[in-house]
Amino acid sequence: MCDTCGCNITSGNRHLLLDMPKATTPVSVLSTLLAHNDKQAETNRARLDRQGILAVNLMSSPGSGKTALLEATIAQLKSRLRIAVIEGDLETENDAARIRAQGVVAHQITTGTACHLDAHLVEGALDQIDLGQIDLLFIENVGNLVCPASFDLGHHLNVTLLSVTEGDDKPAKYPVMFRAADLMLVTKSDLLPHLDDFSPQRAEQHLRALANPAPVLTLSSRKNQGMEVWLQWLQEQVVAHKSRVAQQETLKPRVQKEGRALHQAAPAVRFRPVKPVHDHVD
Amino acid sequence: MHELSLCDDLMRQVTALAAEHRARRVASITLRMGPLSGVEPDLLRNAFEISRAGSVAETAELLIEPQPVRVRCRRCGAESEASVNNLLCRACGAFETALISGDELILARVELLNEE
Ligand SMILES: Nc1nc2c(ncn2[C@@H]2O[C@H](COP(=O)(O)OP(=O)(O)OP(=O)(O)O)[C@@H](O)[C@H]2O)c(=O)[nH]1
Ligand SMILES: [Zn+2]
Ligand SMILES: [Zn+2]
Ligand SMILES: [Zn+2]
Repeated sequence: MCDTCGCNITSGNRHLLLDMPKATTPVSVLSTLLAHNDKQAETNRARLDRQGILAVNLMSSPGSGKTALLEATIAQLKSRLRIAVIEGDLETENDAARIRAQGVVAHQITTGTACHLDAHLVEGALDQIDLGQIDLLFIENVGNLVCPASFDLGHHLNVTLLSVTEGDDKPAKYPVMFRAADLMLVTKSDLLPHLDDFSPQRAEQHLRALANPAPVLTLSSRKNQGMEVWLQWLQEQVVAHKSRVAQQETLKPRVQKEGRALHQAAPAVRFRPVKPVHDHVD
Repeated sequence: MHELSLCDDLMRQVTALAAEHRARRVASITLRMGPLSGVEPDLLRNAFEISRAGSVAETAELLIEPQPVRVRCRRCGAESEASVNNLLCRACGAFETALISGDELILARVELLNEE
């Protein structure tokens, strides 16, 4: 059917036109599926940066020791740094209560059925915290090695925990999560003497196989082993971030940022009308 | 299931595109996804069935173009095929590689039905 000159459309066959397969317009887009979340994440990050706050996202399987690590970390750092915590949990307020017992501000996000935090949930939590009073913000994500890795929260660094009671091949089994780690912590090291099948070296090899150069630290928050290196790392990151934001710069976590930059070549929307095939039957 | 929140984002973008181009319906949606995106195509398809109900994309077809995992070596410069849990350079074995494909999570194309 010719839609440029209308030459073969008459009052007699006009109805046929309506029954023809309709013209489709393909629109090239090339934007990330997470555009909405990513935009909110940038807003969150800018808000934190204006206050010079470093935000660290803790991720792991359920029970790998995130809250225990935060308790021990806060106990030793709170005299030197102003700390607040956002707790993500499916149901309870327990983790936030444990943090508050350390004398710092903790806001609990109960996600209900959602298995991960997202940038909008974190925005709501930021509203509840006096950001002018903080140097370091921890976000304890929902215990889950799959979903949280896909969502930028507006934080700066991903710390991924792997407890020695899990397999040392966890990085190979959950490559998306461990590829995103800026630091991997092997936790509950006090239990290592009782376990013959977990090797921190092998865990590190599995991480390297993901092309991830992140440092690996082994520690026990229960027995206060290896904590100094972690506390040192944190304090260095806080200082580095303060000078970064003073230069109007920021830091993005390793959430697929390499890939995204590389694969997004096209403009936001390119409108490309396609004319239906010309089929004159003169 | 985070595939559902991804679909929310997807529907938001598709609906906006349809409105912008005054389309009545969406014929198809093409996604480019790599295995390192953290998204299961099957779960995404299920979530899409739920999200599209009552929307401009109610009858749209969801096309998923899987992407291969490939890396470029920062040491020797070689480009090679890789797998989700082995991103080492196949040529020299170095771990200093950059992913060039495999973590995409991209809305690539939307086909709009423009009824006159
Ligand atoms: N032996 C030992 N046990 C630990 C250590 N850290 C945590 N645990 C124990 O591991 C269990 C889980 O610790 P949590 O700190 O609640 O773990 P989590 O990652 O916050 O858990 P979720 O928030 O439910 O995902 C508790 O029984 C802790 O006492 C450690 O360093 N050594
Ligand atoms: Zn916890
Ligand atoms: Zn999920
Ligand atoms: Zn190489």
